[in-house]
Formats: sequence, C-alpha cells, structure tokens
Amino acid sequence: MTSPTLTRTAPAATKATARRNRRSSREGFKVNWWLTALMLVASLTVLLPLYFTVAMALKSPDQIGTGTGLAWPSPMNWENFAAAYVATNFPRAFMSTAFVTVLSVLGSLACSSLVAYAIARNWNHRFFRGSFVYLLSAMFIPFPVIILPLIKQTALLGLDNPAGVVFLHVLGGISFNALLYIAFVRSIPVELEESARMDGATTWQVFRKIIFPLLAPMNATVGIFAFLGSWNDFLLPQMMIADPALQTLPVVQMLFQGEFNTNYSLAFASYLMAMAPTLVVYILAQRWVLSGVMRGAVK
Amino acid sequence: MTTTSLAAEAALSPRTDSGGTPTVRSKGRIDPTYYWMVVPVLALFAFFITLPALVGVFFSLTNYAGYGDWKFIGLSNYVNIFKDPAVLQSYIFTFVFALTTTVVVNVVALAIALGLNAKIKWRTGIRTVFFIPMVLSALIVSFVFNYLFSNTLPVLAERFGVTPLATSILANENLAWLAIVLVTVWQAAPGATIIYLAGLQSVPAEVYEAADLDGAGSFRQFLSLTLPLILGYLVINVILGFKGFLGTYEIIVGLTGGGPGMATQSVAMRIFSGFTGGDYSYQMANAVIYFLITLLISVIQLRLIQRRGVSL
Repeated sequence: MTSPTLTRTAPAATKATARRNRRSSREGFKVNWWLTALMLVASLTVLLPLYFTVAMALKSPDQIGTGTGLAWPSPMNWENFAAAYVATNFPRAFMSTAFVTVLSVLGSLACSSLVAYAIARNWNHRFFRGSFVYLLSAMFIPFPVIILPLIKQTALLGLDNPAGVVFLHVLGGISFNALLYIAFVRSIPVELEESARMDGATTWQVFRKIIFPLLAPMNATVGIFAFLGSWNDFLLPQMMIADPALQTLPVVQMLFQGEFNTNYSLAFASYLMAMAPTLVVYILAQRWVLSGVMRGAVK
Repeated sequence: MTTTSLAAEAALSPRTDSGGTPTVRSKGRIDPTYYWMVVPVLALFAFFITLPALVGVFFSLTNYAGYGDWKFIGLSNYVNIFKDPAVLQSYIFTFVFALTTTVVVNVVALAIALGLNAKIKWRTGIRTVFFIPMVLSALIVSFVFNYLFSNTLPVLAERFGVTPLATSILANENLAWLAIVLVTVWQAAPGATIIYLAGLQSVPAEVYEAADLDGAGSFRQFLSLTLPLILGYLVINVILGFKGFLGTYEIIVGLTGGGPGMATQSVAMRIFSGFTGGDYSYQMANAVIYFLITLLISVIQLRLIQRRGVSL
C-alpha cells in the first residue's frame, strides 16, 4: 500500500521500482511507530477544521448556541443543506463556476501547449525566443499592479462576466504553463515528427496527432493546476463579474456573509457544498493529482 | 497511439539533412503555421496583461479619480505616497507577514515532508490528509477559521481560564496578524511539502546507508546530508512562497477584512481600494512602486540563485 515514489514518468520507472522494493523490504521489519503516532497527531491540524465544518453544517441554530461548536450534533440537521442550496441559489453559482473552470482548463491546455510547441521547435529563431522571454516577463508582474486598469478595460469590452474571467485565467497562467510544456516538448524526439511530415502531414496534423497525445502527463499537470486555480479563485471573479447573479461559488460565500452572520449553520452548509467538488475529485483521484502536481514542482 | 510505428519508421528512413536539432535553421523557411500558433495568444496577452500595466503607469501620473475629468500632475502621486503613513504601514505589515509566513511555512513543510518520507505506517492515508488544504478555497477556509478564532477559541480559553485568549484574537490589533499567518501556513504548507518531497526522493538511498555505516545519527544525517542536498528545493520554496505571500489577499478578506482598524491591511488590499475609494491614480502609483519593489526582490533572488549555482 505504501508508494514512496510519486513520480511515475516512464524513464524513471525502473529505478523507482528498484527503490520501492528496497524500501518496502526495510519497512517490513522496522516501522517507526513513534513517528507514525506523531504524524497522526499532526494530521489532526487538517482534520479538526474539516470535522468542525461538517459538525457545524449539521447543527441547528439552537445547538450552536454559545458552545465551542466542536460537539457532534444530535439529531443532525440535514435540512441545512437544502436551505443553503435555496438561499445561495447554489445551482446557478455552481454552473457559473463550472463554466469558468471547464473553459479555463480547456483554454489553458490548448493555448499553452500550442505556444510551447511552436517556441520549442523554433528555438533558434529570434521571434520565437523573444516571444518566450516576453511571456515569461509576466511572471514578474504581480496581479495587483494590473488589476485596476484591467477591470476598466474588460468592462468597456463587455467582458465583465464569467467569459472575461476565463480569458484572464488562461492568459494569466500561460507563462507558467508554457514553461512546463516547453521542457517537456524538448524531450520528444523530432524524428517522430519528421517521418510524419515526410508522409505529407502538416504542422497542425503533427501537433494534433503526435505531439498533443504525447504531452499527456504534462496535460494532466497543467489541467490540475488550472482546475484548482479556477475553481477556487476569488480575486478575479469578485473584481470582474459585474452581475451578482453570475458570481462563482467563493464569491457567493462572501456575498452572503451578511445573511450568514445570523445563521451559522446555513453558512457552514454552504461552505461545505462549495468545497465538496474539489475535495471529492481530490479524494477519488488522489494519486493522480499528487503525481501531477509533483511533476509541476520538479520542473 | 501510433508512436511506436512512427519511431520505427523514423529509424529506418534515410535522413536527408545532417542536423539533429529540431529547429529550422534558415530564418526564411519557417512554416507559417508556427506563427499562427503563437501570434494570436501573444496579441491577447499583450492586450489583457501588458496594456493594463502601461495604462496603469500612465494614469499614475494623473489625478484621475476613477471617473470624470483628469489632468497630468507629474510625480505628485508618488511624492504623496512616500508621505502617507497608511501606505507605509501596509508595506510594513505585508513584509513582516510575508517574511514570517515564509519561515514558518518552510519549517512546517520540511517537517511534514521528512515525516512522510520516513518509515511510517499508513503513509498513503496520512499523505492524503496532509495535502487536503491545497485543494480548498482559501477564502472559505478563512471563513471557517474566522469562526474558530472568534467563537470557539474564546469559549475554550474561558473554560480553561486562559484569560488573554478569552476575546477573539481577530479583534486584537497586535495578534490578528498571527491568525492570518496561521491560516496561510495551513493553506500553503502542502504546496511547499510537495516540492520538499520531490527533493527528498531525489536523494539516493545509498547516501543514507553510507551514513548509517559511519554511525551518523538521524539529526546529524539531516544537517550534514539531507539539508545540503535539498538546498535547491529550499531556495525554490522560499522564492515562490515569499512572492506569493506578498500578494496575500483572500485570507485577510476572510479573517479580518484588513482590520481591526487598518492593522492587517496588505499592500494588495490598499491598491484594490483605489477601485472604489476615488483615489484611482494614487493607488496606481502605489501599484507601480509595489511592482518596482517586487521586481527588485526578484532580481536579487535570481542573482543569489546564480551565485549558488542552483538550477531551477
């Protein structure tokens, strides 16, 4: 059940297996129980706030009273979720968030991989190298610096809506994503493309049929970052989306603070529903998510 | 896909040009498709990222309030910023916060990574738990902690007779920033832990076996082996972390909203206030100064990396 190596890239596979074998054989006779206990206690720092959120979401206002909020409620009030669902118009906020997230993920994958491919394959050409440096320069511009003029600009263009947020999510992430992709494209041998070209494939076809499928591991990494970043983003939707009815889940939690202040159980039920999607995806695809993030980390 | 057959074909087919590099050497013969892949994105990028930056610099030289007429006033916005105690306070808060958080995050993350990398039972499960904060919205997490700090903690403190904590620390001018540090650490530690785990796994097991034979204890091994070997990862974490913490916003919004008073107002929050506060051009000047400061820090950090010879 233990898998010390998270990275599962092909070249390292054999080395990884060897190391895993050696390590698990050592573990067999010497588990550090003190450290295990310590780690379990430490993991409570993560679990307790989560437990607290669930417990609060299941309480009636009476049960909350003036206590610590840590006791488990009995009976449990499942109707808090229904109430929060209606009060925050959850389906609409969910759809808005899903719209922004899906398009941002697809846009990030398409734009960053295309740009990275073109740049990596024409590295000797001044224009493409210049483009790379230009895109990278964005990493040095903190977001607060451009935000005020940006909001005015998007409002003028009628992009003060979720679609505008998608544009900014894709473009804002392009420096980092292209960096990840370029390193990966370089590791793909050109010979693969040359033979296809000899058979008459155009550059587009080469990219679509050969390069993009080979980028799969990096697509996963970029996709995970884009998904988490988009779903949880608060700053851009809050600043950009003018119509409160089109707001995303995190901003909706903020907008309803006034209402929540008198009804904490409603608030926590709403928090839980907003956090559930990423939490469920993470628990289900845990190993996949971690290996994807790790690939981003080591690049 | 068909990659294997393609690879075989490539190996068999006679190579016409001698160069093994992917690029088209002669500048005239680049497939226009490559331009189509880059230029539209570059244009959008210039329009949505670069243009606002330039517009911002332009308006920082005016007295534009965000609406209505404006005229050039030269550098007076900049002069006024240096005389503004509120701005100075936000810079002090932001830097003290970012420095403290960077140190704490890295200590915590390294400890977790060492624990996860050691011979512990139920590693996969424990690892899953530790990385949960990474996937949650920082704002919502802050709302949850807000309740813990302002209701749960005081009730507990009263019950156990710890009077200094009997009132919410979020309402305490001197302690509120510590709550923000704590929640930021909770949120940011997993990301740094992943980088440290990658670092720890890059250290070959043989190194430790040799140290074991030489009789070095665990602490000695950590100081003399592990730490120097993962120094590059530490540098990455410090750079990425510090930069991110300088721009902190959501967690402050969820916890204190910048209060009590203006005690926890970050530079980013100050700048955003220009959106509604009627001092648009003034905050743009603030943004330009903020940009120059972060740029200076980046340059210094890059210099340090190059000197140390750490490869990113």
